Amino acid sequence: MASLALRARSAPTARATHEPRAVKAALTLAAVGFIGLFLVVPLAAVFVEALDKGWTAYVAALREPMALSALRLTLLTAAVAVPLNLVFGLAAAWAIAKFDFAGKNVLVSLIDLPFGVSPVISGMVFILLFGRQGLLGPWLEAHDLRIVFAVPGLVLATVFVTFPFVARELIPLMQADGTDEEEAARVLGASGFHMFRRVTLPNIKWGLLYGVILCNARAMGEFGAVSVVSGHIRGQTNTLPLHVEILYNEYNFQAAFAAASLLACLALVTLVAKTAVEWRSARARHPEEPHVD
Amino acid sequence: MSIEVRNVTKSFGSFVAVNDVSLTVPTGELVGLLGPSGSGKTSLLRIIAGLESADRGQVLFEGEDAGRRDVRHRGVGFVFQHYALFRHMSVFENVAFGLRVRPRSRRPADAEIKRKVTDLLKLVQLDWLADRYPSQLSGGQRQRVALARALAVEPRVLLLDEPFGSLDAKVRQELRRWLRRLHDEIRVTSVFVTHDQEEALEVSDRVVVMNHGRVEQVGTPQEVFDHPATPFVMGFLGNVNMFHGRVEAGRAHLGPLSIDYPDHPHEAPRAAQGFARPYELELARAAGGDGFWATLRHVNPAGAVIKLELEDGETHPVQVETTRERYEALRPQAGERLYVRPRQVRIFVAEN
Repeated sequence: MASLALRARSAPTARATHEPRAVKAALTLAAVGFIGLFLVVPLAAVFVEALDKGWTAYVAALREPMALSALRLTLLTAAVAVPLNLVFGLAAAWAIAKFDFAGKNVLVSLIDLPFGVSPVISGMVFILLFGRQGLLGPWLEAHDLRIVFAVPGLVLATVFVTFPFVARELIPLMQADGTDEEEAARVLGASGFHMFRRVTLPNIKWGLLYGVILCNARAMGEFGAVSVVSGHIRGQTNTLPLHVEILYNEYNFQAAFAAASLLACLALVTLVAKTAVEWRSARARHPEEPHVD
Repeated sequence: MSIEVRNVTKSFGSFVAVNDVSLTVPTGELVGLLGPSGSGKTSLLRIIAGLESADRGQVLFEGEDAGRRDVRHRGVGFVFQHYALFRHMSVFENVAFGLRVRPRSRRPADAEIKRKVTDLLKLVQLDWLADRYPSQLSGGQRQRVALARALAVEPRVLLLDEPFGSLDAKVRQELRRWLRRLHDEIRVTSVFVTHDQEEALEVSDRVVVMNHGRVEQVGTPQEVFDHPATPFVMGFLGNVNMFHGRVEAGRAHLGPLSIDYPDHPHEAPRAAQGFARPYELELARAAGGDGFWATLRHVNPAGAVIKLELEDGETHPVQVETTRERYEALRPQAGERLYVRPRQVRIFVAEN
C-alpha cells in the first residue's frame, strides 16, 4: 500500500486518470456552483420566504384549518398508497426475479409505464375511467359512488404514479441473489412463509426500505396526476402540493412558502433516511469487518 | 434408503438435458455422477431432489414414488455448488435452520437443537466458528457448513452438486478425502455430481458416467477405468491416444498401427477407433512387435512419471508416459526417431 502511494507521487503524469490541479479545481467549482445555484439557493429561498413575516405568521399559516386538512389528506394518501405499493412491488419483483414465464418482459415494461407517461396523463386516465362522462361514470353515479374529485381518486392516482419505486428497487436485487438460498430453505423443509420471512426478506430488507422511502416521498409530493383528479375542493380534496399552488395563485406568498417548507423538510428527511439506508445496505452486502447483529 | 430412477426425461425448451435415464443407487452407497458440462448430471440430481420435475419417468426412494412428495417432505439433504448459505445468519443458525422451521409438533427444544448443531459442527470440525457469518469463512469452510446444514435434518438421501467445484486444488483434495471418510462414518445414501474424473474415481463407490443426457456406463471406479464401455468413457477418464481406422479380415488398421483383431474376421471393413493410454505405450530404439515409428518432440521430465510428446509419420501427436527408470535407461533426445509399441489397445468398432 505504502509503496503504491509512493510510486504514484513520484511519477504523477504516469497515471492515465491524473488531471492538473487547475482542471480539478475548475471542475469541482463548476459542480459546486451549479448545485448551489440550482439546489441550495432555491431551498434556502423557500425557508426565507416562509419566515418572511416572522415565526408567528409561519406557525399561523400552518395551523390554519385548510393547511391542516391538506396535511391530513397528504398523510392519508401516502398511508394508503405506500403499503399498497409495498405489497404490489414485492409481489411483482418476486414473480419477475424468481420465475420464468411468458410475457415477463411485457410485465417489466408495464411496471415502468408510470415513469414513462406524464403524471397529467395518468390523472386524465382516471377521469376518463371514473369521471361523469367516463367509462364507468354512469354506473358509479347510479350507485352514488364518487371516485374522481374525491379521496379515492387521489389515492388511485398516487398509487399509479408511485407504483414502480418498490418493484424497480427490488428486481435487480432479487435477480442478483438468484434462487439458491430459497431452494436451500425449501429442501430443508421450510414452508413458503418461513422461506420468505427468514431467508428472502432479510436479504432484501434494505432495498425494500429504500424503495419505500422513495415511494413515500413521491406519494407526498405528487402534483400533476393528483391535480387532475382532485377538483381542488378546499378542505376536502386538497393535498399539500395543491394547497401550495392555491395559496400562491392567491398571492399569499408567505403562507404558500410556509406550506412548501413542510414539503421541503420532508425532502430533507427523505434524503437523510435514503443515505442512511444506502450506507446500511452497502454494509450488509459487503461486510468488511465482523459485525454483530 | 435406496434411490431408483426410472426412465427419467427432462427437456429445457428444445434441449434434452436428461434423456431416458434409469439408475439404481443401493442403500448406503456413495455414487458419483460424472460427465462434462451439459451432460445432464446436475439436472438429474435436481430431479432426484425434487427441485426440478421430470417431464417423464419416476424417482423412487425405497420403492416409494418420491414424485408425490413435495421437495420439503422428501427428506433429502442438498449441498449446492455455491454453498447457498443464508448470508445473514451465523454458522450456528444456518445449521439449525432445518430444525427451527419444523412444525411445532416435530420441532426439537432449544437445548436439543443446540446439542445437535454443536455435534454436527464438531463432525465437520467447525465448532469453533459457530458465531461467524458465511462471508467470514473460507470456501472450504463454507462447503463444510453447507454439508452440516444438509445433515441436520437427518436426510434419507444426501445429494451434492459439484461439492468441490469452486475450491482450489489443494483444498479440494483434502475435502474429498474427508468426505469419503465422513461417508464411511455416517453411511447415508449419497449422490454427488462432478466433472472431475479424478474426483469421481477417488471418492465414489460407483461411478455413473453421463454424456448428452444419457448414461454411458455405470461401475466401480476400477471397472469404468479399466473396462470403459464406450469411446466416450475411454476418452473422458484420463488422457488417451486415439487412432482412427477400420477393422477387416481379422486385423485392425488404425492410423500408423496395424494389429490383430480376431473379433472381426469378416472381409467387409468397418470403421473403428483404437485407444491406448499414455502409460500403455512403450518406447524403444529398435523395431519389434506391432508398433510404429515416431519423432520425439518434447519431454516434460518434472514429476513422478516422465511425459513425452511424439509425432507419428502424419504429424498426429502421440503422448507417452514412462517411469523415471526407463527414461534414464533410454535417454531419448528431442528430434530422435523412436519405435512406439502399445502394450494394449482397446478397439471400438462403429455400429452400422
